[in-house]
Amino acid sequence: MLNKYPLWKNLLILAVLGIGLLYASPNLYRPDPAVQVSGESSGTQISAREIDKITAALTAADIDHFGAEADATGKSGLVRLKHADDQLHAQKLIQRALGDGYVVALNMASNTPDWLNSLGAGAMKLGLDLSGGVHFLLEVDTDAAVATRLEHYSTGIKKKLREERIRGFVRLGEQGIIRGKFSSEENRDKALSVIRKEYTELTAQRVAAPAGEEAFYLEALLSEAKRKEIEDYAVGQNLTTLRNRVNELGVSEPLVQRQGRNRIVVELPGIQDTAEAKRILGKTANLEFRLEARYDAEPSDREQFNFRNPGRGEPSAWLEREVVITGERVANAQASFDENGMPQVSITLDSEGGALMHRVTRHNINRRLGVLFIERKSRTRYETNAAGEEQVVRVPYDEKKIISLATIRDALGVQFRITGLDAPGEAAELALLLRAGALAAPIDFVEERTVGPSLGAENISKGLLSVQIGLAAVALFMLVYYRVFGIIAVVALAFNIVLLVGAMSLLGATLTLPGIAGIVLTVGMAVDANVLIFSRIREEIADGASPQHAINAGYGRAFVTIMDANITTLLVAVILYAVGTGPVRGFAVTLSLGIVTSMFTAIMGTRAIVNLIYGRRRVSKLAI
Amino acid sequence: MSEEKKFIRFMSARKVAAAFSLAAVLASILLIAVKGLNFGLDFTGGTLIEVIYEESVPLQEVRNTLETNGFESAIVVNFGSDTDVLVRLPQGLSPTLGEQVLSALRADSPYDVELRRIEFVGPQVGEELREQGGLAVLLALIVVLIYVAMRFQMKFAFGAVLALAHDVVITLGVFSLVGWDFDLTVLAAVLAVIGYSLNDSIVVADRIRENLRGMRGYAPVDIINISLTDTLGRTLVTSGTTLMVLAALALVGGEMIHSFALALLVGVGVGTYSSVFIVASLLVAMKISPEDLMVPEKEGAELDELP
Repeated sequence: MLNKYPLWKNLLILAVLGIGLLYASPNLYRPDPAVQVSGESSGTQISAREIDKITAALTAADIDHFGAEADATGKSGLVRLKHADDQLHAQKLIQRALGDGYVVALNMASNTPDWLNSLGAGAMKLGLDLSGGVHFLLEVDTDAAVATRLEHYSTGIKKKLREERIRGFVRLGEQGIIRGKFSSEENRDKALSVIRKEYTELTAQRVAAPAGEEAFYLEALLSEAKRKEIEDYAVGQNLTTLRNRVNELGVSEPLVQRQGRNRIVVELPGIQDTAEAKRILGKTANLEFRLEARYDAEPSDREQFNFRNPGRGEPSAWLEREVVITGERVANAQASFDENGMPQVSITLDSEGGALMHRVTRHNINRRLGVLFIERKSRTRYETNAAGEEQVVRVPYDEKKIISLATIRDALGVQFRITGLDAPGEAAELALLLRAGALAAPIDFVEERTVGPSLGAENISKGLLSVQIGLAAVALFMLVYYRVFGIIAVVALAFNIVLLVGAMSLLGATLTLPGIAGIVLTVGMAVDANVLIFSRIREEIADGASPQHAINAGYGRAFVTIMDANITTLLVAVILYAVGTGPVRGFAVTLSLGIVTSMFTAIMGTRAIVNLIYGRRRVSKLAI
Repeated sequence: MSEEKKFIRFMSARKVAAAFSLAAVLASILLIAVKGLNFGLDFTGGTLIEVIYEESVPLQEVRNTLETNGFESAIVVNFGSDTDVLVRLPQGLSPTLGEQVLSALRADSPYDVELRRIEFVGPQVGEELREQGGLAVLLALIVVLIYVAMRFQMKFAFGAVLALAHDVVITLGVFSLVGWDFDLTVLAAVLAVIGYSLNDSIVVADRIRENLRGMRGYAPVDIINISLTDTLGRTLVTSGTTLMVLAALALVGGEMIHSFALALLVGVGVGTYSSVFIVASLLVAMKISPEDLMVPEKEGAELDELP
């Protein structure tokens, strides 16, 4: 018999190898250390003028640089450096040359050729344990958000019952249960129907009075779905807020992502100053509601602010110094349409905010109420200390800008609307800013991992070294033990690593230190399939089978075993992925991808080579 | 082939092996219960700061610095080299502790102090990771039990799962005995051990199944012995190559991956032993016979047709 693969199988293997090589190749182009520049506000353009300033500053300081250019959109610019050691120095120089208003971040500029990029190929992303940087896990206090909302319902119910002239006693009790006590059954039932009608998100029911008490009780609970909605909203809003704040930090590729029910992961590659990062991420609400100052107000009582988007008319306005409420009191802000189909923003305050707002606005109808959006920014100063070293001093300051100035038409309470907006887009942006400035729920840092750049670089080099040593040892062993078949297995092993790297790059998987360990382990275990096949072939030969028959039977009989063994390992890897986080997930990813690619290379890949070498001729002896 | 097949009588040593395994498992459980595992930061919560000094400094000096700055409960050790210092603080302290310690060390040292890493894990996160870890191991064992029971037979499934539990317990026992740090990466390694050891057990079980079906005229014990002899070469070669790469990882992979590599080295070693002795011994003890495999015959025949 002859061992020969049909043409399509050989072509398939070649195609997979080709695609694997193609997508793995971007990892060969080492990225250049670079500094990236973008405007602090989205309106700032990076043009040739800024690029000239940057190159002039770097040339003056004798820093080897090249390839400075603004990107096509004009949103950011990039300059590449010859030496990674110059990166921090260059960052300072560029920040100084451009002045405030620009975010200057360290970056690694990809050198992948454009034609590869256009195919969607790119180098593997490095985890923080390899690139250096900060990982934060923040927990959103969703219980606080739910409590605030319940308080709001409880006051609302009280007010409603008063309006409906139903006498009773309502309060917010333990475990988020709103309890009502009434002197007559009729009142209780009326109250119940009011609550059921007005507050559909609450489940209200009659409850028995405690023994010996002549009263009628009811209880209202937040439904599970509504509770989840509030929690989701709180987490979602914090995500938006954190994203805005992370942008202030000037990191080239930040990650802000929800994890689980109430946690948020923030990853900032390349950041060193964790204290600064924590301060910016953890800062509290930044909205202020203030009345517009009267024309005759004392100069000491008023302050002038610019509009954030000075569209038409006045570029600035005078507001009172006194703050009505701050962003902490804002529970929600949503863009919608009013009865006439005009865009509007509905704002919900908490009960305390509603009371304060009511107290101030009822006497000030027809005056205007302004909303200030506060952003914390910093100016950079350069000072020379006693030792003659130049020091960078960052002076933080608050930038306050008006995002809305609207006439008060009626006394405002817990819920009110801002109308008179020009376009739905304007309403959406205003709602977004209001939400960003508010803080839905307090956040706490529950985990932090900072890896310095030297440790990251060391992890890469040590990881690569162990892959190389492991590969060399396994290759040597296979060559000695299986001779020609050993060479075939080693070729398949190399092919396997290429495929693994290609698959990881294609899937956009992140390489971590345990991920490298997973590759090392894959190298050790990937030969298993070949070992199984080869020992089967040896057995067949020992049993007196002809070489061609032995090859065929060896591959055939080992196949079931290989499948069973690998599927179970794959199941375990999937469990590892499901329960693991961060670096451990990286391990699970490389391990499971490694299992899949190794099955392909060890079974089909080696078979193709074996067929090419032995398949088409009479063979009297196998070098196995 | 009519003549007698040559094989090693592994199973005559099964009572000795069983006694040894039982003793090792009991000792491990005892160790874990009494001495406990040296849980790393991931599971206990707390703060860890690793710094590298320009020149080596006496640890006592670092301790003194920390003590005068109010960090009495700090544990200070060298990590990898004598310029590399690891400071560990217990839980219940604020998240900004890392920076405070770092600036205290910098202020008090004549040398340059470079930050290697800061890790802070809140107590709640630690507890959750511990729970999730235990759950993951249990889940893995259950999934394996179901898969093997489906693909093979219940006796094989019990054998495989007991062997895996055996490997996990002994690996943990060794960690407890030596006092190595048990962190999240070690947990990942333990799960990888489950995967690896299972791989080994399946290969052996697969051959036992095949021989039980195909060979006539041998007692089940001898069929198992023959199967173990058949797969011995493969078992040793695969374990050998895996141990080689793991040794490379443990020796040059760096401190952050060291515990991980050690856990796998121990686990793969134990896993190799257990796939030869535990799975097979249990099959003998459960009186496996060709009749046990009558039902799934059809499925097997169909699969053998594949390339």
